[in-house]
Amino acid sequence: MDIKKYIKNFVNYKYLLFELVKKNIKLKYRRSYLGILWTLVEPLLTMIVLTIVFGTLFGRDDRTYPVFILSGRLLFTFFSSSTKSGLKAISGNAAMIKKVYVPKYIYVISTIISNFITFLISLVVLVGVGAVLRVRPTIYMLQAVIPIIILLVMSLGIGLILATLDVFFRDIEYIWSVVTMLIMYASAIFYSTDRVASTGNAWIFDINPVYMCIANFRRAVLYGQPMDLSYFAKSSAIAVVFLVAGTIMFYKNQDKFILHV
Amino acid sequence: MKENVAISVKDVGMRFNLNQEHVDNLKEYFIKILKRDLKYNEFWALKGINFEVKKGERLGVLGFNGSGKSTLLKVVSGVLKPSEGKVQTRGIVAPLLELGAGFSPQYTGRENIYLYGAVLGYSKDFLDEKFDEIADFSGLGEFIEVPIKNYSSGMKSRLGFSIATIVEPDILILDEVLSVGDKRFRSKCEKKIMSMFDRGVTVLFVSHSLEQVQRLCDKAVILDSGRLVAHGPVEKVARIYKNMTG
Repeated sequence: MDIKKYIKNFVNYKYLLFELVKKNIKLKYRRSYLGILWTLVEPLLTMIVLTIVFGTLFGRDDRTYPVFILSGRLLFTFFSSSTKSGLKAISGNAAMIKKVYVPKYIYVISTIISNFITFLISLVVLVGVGAVLRVRPTIYMLQAVIPIIILLVMSLGIGLILATLDVFFRDIEYIWSVVTMLIMYASAIFYSTDRVASTGNAWIFDINPVYMCIANFRRAVLYGQPMDLSYFAKSSAIAVVFLVAGTIMFYKNQDKFILHV
Repeated sequence: MKENVAISVKDVGMRFNLNQEHVDNLKEYFIKILKRDLKYNEFWALKGINFEVKKGERLGVLGFNGSGKSTLLKVVSGVLKPSEGKVQTRGIVAPLLELGAGFSPQYTGRENIYLYGAVLGYSKDFLDEKFDEIADFSGLGEFIEVPIKNYSSGMKSRLGFSIATIVEPDILILDEVLSVGDKRFRSKCEKKIMSMFDRGVTVLFVSHSLEQVQRLCDKAVILDSGRLVAHGPVEKVARIYKNMTG
């Protein structure tokens, strides 16, 4: 199979990709009063809750703590919701897959992209909260793009792997929700890494690519520091590995999907 | 593939695994591997199928229930990938198989025209241009702005048919869709399909109604338990089929 044919096929279906992304976003908020505004309200509310719980009750009172929480949570939520919906991308579209021919990776890519778009919209909240709490804008903010792209590539790769596995084993859904919970607690979303480091467990951050993206993102938007290059190198390598593994796994098995969904 | 051939089916076989129990969770899978108990009951829905349809020919596929007719159409339209052999088609294929597979129930008729159109591989410009024609042909009127979960099944298939037939296909794959909607819409459909016939579209038509096949097709094949048992001009094949049905 040559690459050219795949690219041509992809170009043919780019309008379908657009329509599916539109559908995912449109239907997510249909019949709700606030509609797409929920992408802004929801992270804002959870930020307030987390700030009260971990800031006020556990006594952390630096001014920019809400920004710290919000930046971590936004990235993590994108990761968890896009991988979770990628997992269901094939098994959840069984009815359609059985009846019409569409390149199957379109289902996975479209759900990851729709999650990515809602994530980008929700970044508006971060800008707002940052401005209110007077986070100093620096030139390093431009670097925020890099961890975001790494996270997107990684989510796509993991999404392809999970989508493939879920066709054959429906348990993956439950296993993955436990794994994402583990990743969440290991991503320093609402605690500072110093406290973990003081117990000698800092290694969990060195093996967690989601945390590496969050850390570099915070350096860019919150601390005004250049990227941690070792985190950058490691996380992008891991992301590429996931993408390549996911693509291979998906292509090897996609013709069998229809017999199992 | 020769220039004048529209569909070529070569040595096609389609295998399904009919497991007694469907193993779809890890625990069972590992237990079965450990007990060496993972049974696969192979079933060939199609085996050794060979035929060609020349441009402009209309091929009827006859056979009893479970003979592999629908599997054959799915293989030709690309939904199923054959376990062995090769299928080639030339030109735009319009499979009128499951009309409206790909509709989203929460979407309105209008939104679904774009969504389903995209599923069938149409472009946005094309759909913009043809929107009125599709809406008009479906005869849905103001219901086009209503979510299609509120449609009757007849309304859904009318919309599906209108979208699927808006292209001028080179190959038309029909699975007894001529029974869409009420009588008035049915005759409208037949007229549309007939006009495609006049333009010389290649047709693959599946039915167990011999009468329909004789009316619409010039060539025919008979499938029996996944094998091709007869192939030729429609009159000859019709005689064989009559003998088979006895």
